[in-house]
Amino acid sequence: MSPTRPYNSIVLVKQVPDTHNIHGDVMKEDGTINRAALPAIFNPEDLNALEMALQVKERYGGAVTVLTMGPPMAAEVLRDALYRGADRVVLLSDRRFAGADTLATSYTLKYAIEKIGAYDLVFCGRQAIDGDTAQVPPQTAEKLGIPQITYAETIVNLDGNEIVVERAFPLGKEMVKCALPCLLTVVGSANRPRPPSVRKMIENKLAATPLEYKTLLSQWQEFETEEKLDAYLAAHNLKITLWTADDLAVDANRLGLNGSPTQVYKVNYVVLETTESKQVPANAEGINALMQELVKEYIVG
Amino acid sequence: MTNNDIWVFVEQEEGKIADVSLELLAKGQELARRLNSQVCGVLCGANVTELAETAIHHGADRVLLADHPELENYRTLPYARVASDLARERRPYTFLFGASPIGRDLAPRVASALQVGLTADCTDLQIGDFESKKEKKVYSDLLYQIRPAFGGNVIATIVNPNTRPQMATVREGVMRRRDPDTSRKGVIEKIAPTFDARELVLQVLSRETRESTVNLKGAPIIVSGGAGVGSPENFELIRELAHILGGEVGASRAAVDAGLISREHQVGQTGVTVRPRLYIAAGISGAIQHRAGMSESSKIIAINTDPNAPIFQIAHYKIVGDIAEVIPLMIRAFREKAK
Repeated sequence: MSPTRPYNSIVLVKQVPDTHNIHGDVMKEDGTINRAALPAIFNPEDLNALEMALQVKERYGGAVTVLTMGPPMAAEVLRDALYRGADRVVLLSDRRFAGADTLATSYTLKYAIEKIGAYDLVFCGRQAIDGDTAQVPPQTAEKLGIPQITYAETIVNLDGNEIVVERAFPLGKEMVKCALPCLLTVVGSANRPRPPSVRKMIENKLAATPLEYKTLLSQWQEFETEEKLDAYLAAHNLKITLWTADDLAVDANRLGLNGSPTQVYKVNYVVLETTESKQVPANAEGINALMQELVKEYIVG
Repeated sequence: MTNNDIWVFVEQEEGKIADVSLELLAKGQELARRLNSQVCGVLCGANVTELAETAIHHGADRVLLADHPELENYRTLPYARVASDLARERRPYTFLFGASPIGRDLAPRVASALQVGLTADCTDLQIGDFESKKEKKVYSDLLYQIRPAFGGNVIATIVNPNTRPQMATVREGVMRRRDPDTSRKGVIEKIAPTFDARELVLQVLSRETRESTVNLKGAPIIVSGGAGVGSPENFELIRELAHILGGEVGASRAAVDAGLISREHQVGQTGVTVRPRLYIAAGISGAIQHRAGMSESSKIIAINTDPNAPIFQIAHYKIVGDIAEVIPLMIRAFREKAK
């Protein structure tokens, strides 16, 4: 079937601490976590979401805009998105956004998405590895007033104003047809995200938000002043859009910590220990004795 | 209008209530006794009246039954419409969902519509007080929503002091369902939902579900492999030991991620929580998210080449050694005993 029309996509991504690779150095004496010691990475399933959006663009045309909310350093995942083929990236960063739970986050994202402009598809990763909640995408879809297709694995068809998607669950599959615009959350089995392109890395290595100008100037002194750097980046399409709360038509009471109904009451380090334990030698006698004991105590047999 | 009722979304597919919903109804009873309130199930579907009785047998005092052809297959928007309208109108104290694919799709949509807090993937729920230092105020009898956080390395207790209902999704298998009591009586209240055309823009074209061939929750013996198993050949040893012991095969996330075994076998906070009579952890280092999913096993045998592996902290029997040597010894020893 020939492509019917181009589709504009917005991809929501998140920079997360690499919680899947927690090692000894990261745990502090008191059992808490030294967040700073964990590398910050592109949330894995958000890469699958970006890949799906890029494939739609390649097949049907249209633009891919990548949006993230986070501290200034979150611009790192936006540059990564540019290296992989995103057309435009936007950073939402403001102290007033800090401490947002999923409700306040989705509220903020709604206004940013609407400011980006007309879209057909919003792509998100199924969930982020730091919170594993999977809540922001459905909450954002609700705020936008559009349908959601979670656990999306394959776009089977896109035709006119309709999408057919196969959803994948641990125990089954489902094929659904939905009117656009809609929001998809993409599972890790959907595709293999493409690596960053070397050409795009070279082209976009200076891409930066105004929050990073000081650091850039210390590395590239030939720009002399932030104004000159800004003019250069803007002229070369390398200035990453930065929006704060002032750029969005939001109610400040619904942002960040103030707009978050959930509160953390306490956090406990998990201590799991057993008192009685036996060392079993890893040889035939040791193992035989162990199995005998288990049989005698009716644990096996 | 608000009340102290505990609401449970009663998830059903193809004429069967999800296990996690039955577990929540039982937990709901416990919370309701503490609050001197009642448990109310919200049941959506087409021709599911008899499931309302099942919900009552498992702990519901009242069932709000939305039986409508448009609710036959689960679809986000029609289900969210029913659940949001009911909750908005009656403002229950809590609204609990299973952390299943359906619950995780529906609950955030409802919470967003109601503009209330939602905690994902809880592993425990309790009632307790919360002192807000900022407001210099004590909130009594809030729902403590207890969940692993930060990749499972810590356990966080979350509260929603000011919004109702207090919403949470709860992981399957962490709460115990009760045996159905067929003499239990409750009220079935029929709801007549209406839908807008824009809530019906998604159609289900086809679905295939399969029964899990893996029954970790019910298995008395589980032999689990981790990344330390190393190769598919070594994983065969795990299967063989599980088979001769009459047990089930489990796995850590690392083994699943490495492609050694399918995700259905995963034990831990992002997998299944188990409490078997015997748990054998082979080549599993014992990241907290794994330990939290199996630490209540009656007996734990850990096999690992690293004597400092965290799994040994909770093991009753510690074997420092290579599983490629130890497991064949176990198989042989058991075969000898069984003769």
